[in-house]
Amino acid sequence: MSRRLDIEHGVVDLSFGAGGVASAQLTREVFAPQFSNPILDRMEDGAVIDMPPGRLVVSTDSHVISPIFFPAGDIGSLAIHGSVNDVSMMGATPLHMSVGFIIEEGVSFSMLKRIATSMGAAVRDAGVSIVAADTKVVKKGEADQLYITSTCIGVVPETIQIGADRAREGDSVIVSGFIGDHGAAVLASRESLGLKGDLKSDSQSLNDLVAAMLACGVEIHCMRDPTRGGLATSLNELATSSGVGIEIEEQAIPVREGVRAVSELLGLDSLYFACEGRLVAICPAESADALLACMQRHPKGEHAAIIGKVTGRRDMPLILHSAFGGSRIVSILTGDQMPRIC
Amino acid sequence: MKYIDEYRDSRVIRSLLRQISREATGESYRLMEFCGGHTHAFYRYGLIPLLPGSVEMVHGPGCPVCVLPISRIDAAVALAAKAGVIFCSYGDMLRVPGSDSRSLLKAKADGADVRMIYSPLDAVKIAEQNRDAQVVFFAVGFETTAPATALALKLAKQRNVENFQVFCNHVLTPPAMQAILDPSDDGGLGNISAIDGIVGPGHVSAIIGSSAYAFVAEKSQIPLVISGFEPVDLLESVLGLVRQINEGRAEIENQYTRVVKDEGNREAIRLMDEVFELRGSFEWRGFGMLADSAQKLAPAYAAFDAEQKFQVSYPEAVDHKACRCADVLRGLIQPEQCSVFGKACIPENPLGACMVSSEGACAAAYSYGGLVEAGS
Repeated sequence: MSRRLDIEHGVVDLSFGAGGVASAQLTREVFAPQFSNPILDRMEDGAVIDMPPGRLVVSTDSHVISPIFFPAGDIGSLAIHGSVNDVSMMGATPLHMSVGFIIEEGVSFSMLKRIATSMGAAVRDAGVSIVAADTKVVKKGEADQLYITSTCIGVVPETIQIGADRAREGDSVIVSGFIGDHGAAVLASRESLGLKGDLKSDSQSLNDLVAAMLACGVEIHCMRDPTRGGLATSLNELATSSGVGIEIEEQAIPVREGVRAVSELLGLDSLYFACEGRLVAICPAESADALLACMQRHPKGEHAAIIGKVTGRRDMPLILHSAFGGSRIVSILTGDQMPRIC
Repeated sequence: MKYIDEYRDSRVIRSLLRQISREATGESYRLMEFCGGHTHAFYRYGLIPLLPGSVEMVHGPGCPVCVLPISRIDAAVALAAKAGVIFCSYGDMLRVPGSDSRSLLKAKADGADVRMIYSPLDAVKIAEQNRDAQVVFFAVGFETTAPATALALKLAKQRNVENFQVFCNHVLTPPAMQAILDPSDDGGLGNISAIDGIVGPGHVSAIIGSSAYAFVAEKSQIPLVISGFEPVDLLESVLGLVRQINEGRAEIENQYTRVVKDEGNREAIRLMDEVFELRGSFEWRGFGMLADSAQKLAPAYAAFDAEQKFQVSYPEAVDHKACRCADVLRGLIQPEQCSVFGKACIPENPLGACMVSSEGACAAAYSYGGLVEAGS
């Protein structure tokens, strides 16, 4: 038996990716204690799972965020929340996860442990378990510290039919809270910007909020978590998939002051800022107030708001109305949002 | 948010719109917003369809990304591709296509070390951290970004950061405005758009001061109102122009008094005077060569001049033949009148610079436009 890893001072070298003793040690001492559960602890080549009845829902996502640690979150918790939320958006109950790590040579054990701990807390909080995991180490310069790919599986009963193509003319559009917190917090924490403030990521799992929404017995046509590309992109996608138009009211959209400040300062549009703990739901107009009330009763939906409606206008997927009667098309983002010169 | 909310107050905006409609009773008011930031704001707030039919907004050339000619984009791409060069650029410039659609973003994908920065001071820092590389900053923009470039140069000189280089493309606002107003100065291009009034640049004026536009009113007998960037600012400026035109006045007004002073920012001007000198002439997309219209590094800063160090040349380059950026920049046509607008030329695959920068008239019209009916 080799000596224990020096978690405080040690760093990962290429031997930890060779599949031998060192790899096993990394798994055993850094990751397994945080992820432990009966299925994973068997350390088989594949996880054997008894699934409850219902249709299986699977979602996978790769996370390459920089910086790795940001206000109120890190790449680890983000990897859990991202996949849990994607499965939840189908109305499913997320159950199990697999995670893969690409680690750059030279990354410290202490950083990996911090991230594994944060992931452990996130899975416990969401009530899911990590049943399969893998680590690979690449040479210095071949990756930016750490990439995580996460997959989540869950089940959805036959009775729940939620899909991006189900929005109907007349439906209402509800967002679960302040938009853009995550995108603004990550932007502001990039050191070259030198921005200071109390911006925090909204990264959180939404399966409990979704469960509360489904429990209130209202028909929900579509759900999506507006991650990369923000609210603007999600609504554009939903409108296009459903063959409808969506019109939203600028003053109805909840945006924090600090997020507005970052967007004004950099000349960026907060409608495109990523959220990692918010959802947008589309439901029949007659049920909107009931669904909204139900969301607002849940701590993760406290600031939920009805922000617009679905129209029959197919030529322009997303239109934003301002308080003074101005209107504009909100199109899908082209590449990254680039800060303007002046 | 202070200084924002009061300029987006819907009651004030509605009342201004009513006032403009009441007073713009003449046959036609062709108003040019010179600055790309204003173009962007007019579209972003959906103001254009709310204006009465007699008021037409003509988009001007005040988009630094758009007016840079292809030959200079090509030169930037060539510089970035040189071995040992770290090429630093504002994000806006990365997607601009040069010849054969080559852009800095594509050069980066091919292995060039191209970095997006927010401030030229970051480029100086990168140079200090990479002493064995040549760090070239792609200096682009009007009088708004030039002081920051000047500051970076001064800092680099003080700290002896000899591997910091500036590829200087700073251009000046008044000569371009003169070219629009006085067709005899346009290098033989002719057909410069006839306009009745100008919404004057806000940020540029904060640097050069409102007095820099005296020639507009004196020589061309056209009113100019310097404007802020919020809906209330823009509508107050439009109203101010409509009133001047109705009364036959041609004066320089300053709506943006919370930012713009008559004399401008003296410290910034002093800094620019120290670091830059006038170029004899400079090529503008849409305007050709304009005399005394750009800045280059002063002799005292020659050691930091990328054009000298790398002997940058500008082989003749032509715009895509279907692209009418040049006509859009001169206010001759609206973006939608270009035959490739929204078809072959879209933000994902721009044929011309006006479709790249969000300040470009084509990108603004494409992203936000298309709503023909007011308040639909």
